[in-house]
Amino acid sequence: MSFIYRYLALHYKNFFDALARITEQPLGNLMTIVVIGIALALPAGLKVMVNNISTMSGSWDAAADFTIYLEMTVDETSANELAQNIQQRTDVRRAILINRAQALIEFQNYSGFGEALETLQANPLPHALIISPTGGSTSDISELIMALEGMEETALVQLDTAWVDRLRSILDLVLRVVDIVTVLLGFGVIIVIGNTIRLEINNRQDEIEIIKLVGGSNGYVRRPFLYSGFWYGFGGSIVAILTIWGALGLVNSPARALAQLYDSSYRVIGLNFKETLMLVGTGALLGWAGAAIATIRHLRDADPE
Amino acid sequence: MIHFENVGKRYASGREALSGVSFNLEKGDMAFITGPSGAGKSTLLKLIALIERPTRGTVLVDNQNTSRIPRRRIPYFRRRIGIIFQDHKLLADRSIFDNVALPLLISSLRHREVSRRVRAALDQVGLLEHEKFSPLSLSTGEQQRVGIARAIASRPALVIADEPTGNLDPDLSLEIMRLFERFNQVGVTLLIATHDIELIDKFNCRRLRLEQGRVVEMPKSNSSELLV
Repeated sequence: MSFIYRYLALHYKNFFDALARITEQPLGNLMTIVVIGIALALPAGLKVMVNNISTMSGSWDAAADFTIYLEMTVDETSANELAQNIQQRTDVRRAILINRAQALIEFQNYSGFGEALETLQANPLPHALIISPTGGSTSDISELIMALEGMEETALVQLDTAWVDRLRSILDLVLRVVDIVTVLLGFGVIIVIGNTIRLEINNRQDEIEIIKLVGGSNGYVRRPFLYSGFWYGFGGSIVAILTIWGALGLVNSPARALAQLYDSSYRVIGLNFKETLMLVGTGALLGWAGAAIATIRHLRDADPE
Repeated sequence: MIHFENVGKRYASGREALSGVSFNLEKGDMAFITGPSGAGKSTLLKLIALIERPTRGTVLVDNQNTSRIPRRRIPYFRRRIGIIFQDHKLLADRSIFDNVALPLLISSLRHREVSRRVRAALDQVGLLEHEKFSPLSLSTGEQQRVGIARAIASRPALVIADEPTGNLDPDLSLEIMRLFERFNQVGVTLLIATHDIELIDKFNCRRLRLEQGRVVEMPKSNSSELLV
């Protein structure tokens, strides 16, 4: 029992000694920590950005209106009835009839084909309905579209969400790029910390030699360095979190103004608790790993042949 | 305690430091290794502490064949030996107390036991009142005594010393040797490398002279009786 207690006490001491050593040279070590922080903030920040865009596009997708072009044979009265019937559905928020005469006038006014259209003897446009779904999942909306397409009055349902799909694909691509950047910068963090620890090992070569001569095991020698690595990674992740918070703070008010112009209640999403924890954990783990690699390489050199 | 049988050590550079060294040191003995510098005194001690490994022959320490000790067991093996260095090898950024406590903390001794043993060791070398100082505030002789305190703090049965008086004037050197003699009287086995013949003439101990990579047993000096 007391042996376990002493072992834990040793870890506890190493843990805070390592922190104390980092704070002994605040400026130089802070620079290292900021570099690590930026390297961690980049992929984490990109991920936050992608999260925001995909949430935004998700809400667009759900709210996307679509148009039903009715058969030419459908007259205005039945089109009106149809609109009212559709509006009764629970999955439809609103169904608006676009009168074919009204559509033609709008088309003449806005399309730039005004004069050409005047030469036509009859109105070529059908009645149309603009449907706003209540929202819900993509499959709910596809079900609604299927139902509407099945009606005998329907000539064509035009869903203008192709651009949302394209955005989705672009986001998938960006996410993949973010993953690659994350892995690369993760290696970067390991290398930066590994190199810092290597310098520290060089600076404390005498101490390491003495500890080994009086019977210190490799584990005993390594532990303080591993904890240093942990603290560098931990400090770096705190810097990364602060950086992301700061950036979101700067973006927040213009983003809200933009959302208001679009009549949206959209709010910028930051890091949630789990993501924050993951970022800190990843930083600490990378620090530990970098230190482990550096110590394995450099402590072996001190052993007898 | 220490048994060398036909031990040779050739360094990677090709220099042959030892060639066919054989000797035996009984438990409770105190012996000097002499010889000109470069004769292999340090190498011999390094083989005992497993800082180096022999290229041939057998080294037994406390009946244990050192060649059978794997690299990862070396630290535990070294904890049973007190090692004293010519350049003290103290940590300048730690207090004298912490320096002496280092091997005890490494062996994860209880804190109270660590304090007790550190004070006992510092008391033996006469530096008890200096425990909070930095080693840099001490004279060379005092620093060497801190190194000795560190070596004996874990109460090893075997102490090896490499030129422990190399940088000291004759009076201080004699003081250090008297200290070793006292340890020997309580049963510690000591092997001390030195080139100071004048100094060891004052002690009635075994002398092993290293000559061209071999050990030659020298007659004991009798002058010790005249001095004591």
